[in-house]
Amino acid sequence: MNSTDTQRPETASRPKRELALVSRSTYLKERALQYLFFACAFLAVVTVVLIFAFTMLQAAPVFTDIGLANFFSLDWAPTEGRFGILSLAAGSALVTAGALVLGVPLGVGTAVYLTEIASARVRAIISPAVDLLAGIPSIIYGFFGMVIIRPFVAEISGGLGFGALTAWLVLAIMIVPTITTLTIDALRSIPMGIREAGFAMGATKWQVIYKVVLPAARFGIVDAIVLGMGRAIGETMAVLMVVGNAPVIPDSVASPISTLTSQIALDMSYSSGLHRTALFGMGVVLFIISASLVGIVRMLSKKRKG
Amino acid sequence: MSVYQNAPAPEVSAITAANFDFWYGDFHALTDVNLNIAKNKITAFIGPSGCGKSTFLRCMNRMNDLIEGTRCEGVMTLDGADIYAEGVDPVDLRRRVGMIFQQPNPFPKSIYENVAFGPRLQGVTSKSDLDDIVEESLKRANLWKEVSNQLSKDGLALSGGQQQRLCIARVLAVQPDVLLMDEPCSAIDPTSVQKVEDLMAELAPEMTIIIVTHNMQQAARISDCTAFFLQEVAGEPATLIEYGQTDALFTSPIDKRTEDYITGRFG
Amino acid sequence: MAGTGSAPETQLTSRERIKRALANGKTGRISKDAANAVMLGVFRCAAYITTLVLVAIIAYVVINGAPHISPDFIFGWPQGVNAEGGIWPTIVSTLYVTALAMLICTPIAVLAAVYLAEYAKQGRLVETIRYAADTLASVPSIVMGLFGYALFVEAMGLGLSMVSAACALALLMLPIVMRTTEEAIRAVPRYIRWGAYGLGATKWQVVSKIVLPSAFGRIATGIVLAIGRAIGETAVVLYTMGQAINLPISPLDSGRPMTVHLYLLANDGINMNAAYGTALLLMLIILAFNLFARYLSRKSR
Repeated sequence: MNSTDTQRPETASRPKRELALVSRSTYLKERALQYLFFACAFLAVVTVVLIFAFTMLQAAPVFTDIGLANFFSLDWAPTEGRFGILSLAAGSALVTAGALVLGVPLGVGTAVYLTEIASARVRAIISPAVDLLAGIPSIIYGFFGMVIIRPFVAEISGGLGFGALTAWLVLAIMIVPTITTLTIDALRSIPMGIREAGFAMGATKWQVIYKVVLPAARFGIVDAIVLGMGRAIGETMAVLMVVGNAPVIPDSVASPISTLTSQIALDMSYSSGLHRTALFGMGVVLFIISASLVGIVRMLSKKRKG
Repeated sequence: MSVYQNAPAPEVSAITAANFDFWYGDFHALTDVNLNIAKNKITAFIGPSGCGKSTFLRCMNRMNDLIEGTRCEGVMTLDGADIYAEGVDPVDLRRRVGMIFQQPNPFPKSIYENVAFGPRLQGVTSKSDLDDIVEESLKRANLWKEVSNQLSKDGLALSGGQQQRLCIARVLAVQPDVLLMDEPCSAIDPTSVQKVEDLMAELAPEMTIIIVTHNMQQAARISDCTAFFLQEVAGEPATLIEYGQTDALFTSPIDKRTEDYITGRFG
Repeated sequence: MAGTGSAPETQLTSRERIKRALANGKTGRISKDAANAVMLGVFRCAAYITTLVLVAIIAYVVINGAPHISPDFIFGWPQGVNAEGGIWPTIVSTLYVTALAMLICTPIAVLAAVYLAEYAKQGRLVETIRYAADTLASVPSIVMGLFGYALFVEAMGLGLSMVSAACALALLMLPIVMRTTEEAIRAVPRYIRWGAYGLGATKWQVVSKIVLPSAFGRIATGIVLAIGRAIGETAVVLYTMGQAINLPISPLDSGRPMTVHLYLLANDGINMNAAYGTALLLMLIILAFNLFARYLSRKSR
């Protein structure tokens, strides 16, 4: 009795062997790996900051030596010290807007056809084609635009065919696969049940599409359009090959213009000094535009979730 | 061969099926279904999973037309007219034969817009008419008191049971002659089940209701007639085994398989 | 109206009121069937136009390019003003830089995805990382080129070289591989992990021995797709690799990738046949990679 009494607290307080699941070295290794993985993931953030900071640094003289008033003016004549990017920005906006006007109906229409209307057999042919075509590089689209669309535009407009109209057609073709694939994703995420409900109410296919499916998928479709827009604004080579590269406000859709991207690509090879600085300044502008578009898409998807 | 006990005669039937067969592609899902659904009564379809009862229900408003590769043979009539006849528009048919699904499926729109959807399809544009329809339909679905001051709220924000009653209100807004209900109570809570069953009883005198259910007590509780479907051999088509007055079928089934099923020996 | 006392009567009036209101409905000016038929036709046209235009592009390049593809063209050196002869050095440059970019990008992207899918807790930090990855994915390629030029070529002193271009391309591929890898990892069912944890495996053991091998097919698909994207990239490499015809040996050598070669040929317009041939080869290489990706993704399903 007595002995057990004295032993009891002793057993309880005796330091037991730690229940170590893993050895200390394994634990350290696991922690080290976790930090390594984190570093890799964080590299994305670092890179984005670096891109912005570095391009900004190169563009610093825009603020000091060129001046914002000069930079945001209409006149682009680097040899005479005038670095106004507004006509280039207008070119970018013009080219993008036209591409969207043509490309969005086509892209969304194709997606609706493939998800809502087409038979399984047709879908099995067209969808992989659209997927594969999304992978065709922009230089090929540019090349195609230059040798086929440009002469065609030249024919009907009487000019050389370089200009916004040609760029619209080329960019519209380019952004269609992007918009189509993303819209298909958005439409597929709509539950089958609400389509059935629509049909069971006696709606025709078209009524189900425009009264039920499209409203339900509207955020996803806006995402698709915004990303297509980003692609159009940022596109360089295809635009460079067909716009004619004249940094002016054009008098017609078939006369040469220039965009932010194409002007950078064109001038980079020989520019120096302030001229080069201005190109980096344009890079910063493009970066801010594309980052804001991504921000818009993220905001939309947050709103959609609740 | 199916057996019948006091089954409704064709003259008093809303829907009749004769020698009805159905295929999903190569899969023969249903064979030789013959039955008459009594007008303005509640008819229940029971049977184990995969016995074709939902498939048969979806034949009645031609929802199966939406699935590629399906086809049917035999005759199905609504008020004496063949619904699979040449020239019958399934869209018009579905305006007369409403449907409620297992999963409540309100549109991602406001409560008001959900109910106004059908009337709008039929060309009702006047605001006062729409207001009237929305209010009366929600009242009939016993949902009005719960949502009358939040009609602009998203239909998906309601509880599961409320969503199902919203779906019923949505169907009532187009005044169908027949209401098909595909396991309407299996995805909602017990209190709501009670409400939906009460609602069915209230609607029955003016509307033919056909309900597919897994729950035999429910079938016994609410239906006037019951049909028992069974797929006996996997891979073979299912068919109608027994059909008749609910009391008779549950108390004195003729077919051995019906008895086995309702006494819980299989399925 | 809201009274519940006389239920049947209320219902009757309800019913009548609905019927009356429904009867007021006007049949539209255009019948629903006509609207349906017309609109479905419009969608069909959109799909056919899209398919037709895209097929036309491929067909055009194939028809014009095929006659000029020969062993001499593929394995020969350019002659004259670089517009005659073959394009072998450009093919090597393209494949060299893409392989290098893949080697740089893959480990980082896969480990980053492992972090996002397996380790990270949802929160502001993860949000920031995702925003950054999305932004990276949408940076216009010419801006990436500018950045690559300023950082790798000038600041780091790597010059116009394979490694400069590969670093810039790796940044372009990073978000693509990251996203597909993360999706692949998330698609691995949880119970498979539980089995391993239940046997006393550590997190890294579970990830390296169970999760990554099961996700391998889909990860490979993502990498191959990113490779296809990198091969077709022009603006990024234009000012990071240089334009000199050169057969690269060391990563510090410069070269001229196929895309830039095609651009210069098309712009000069001296020998359009060579341009068609280059375009076709470029497209074939990319299509081959994309088909391979489809094959991989189908196999891993």
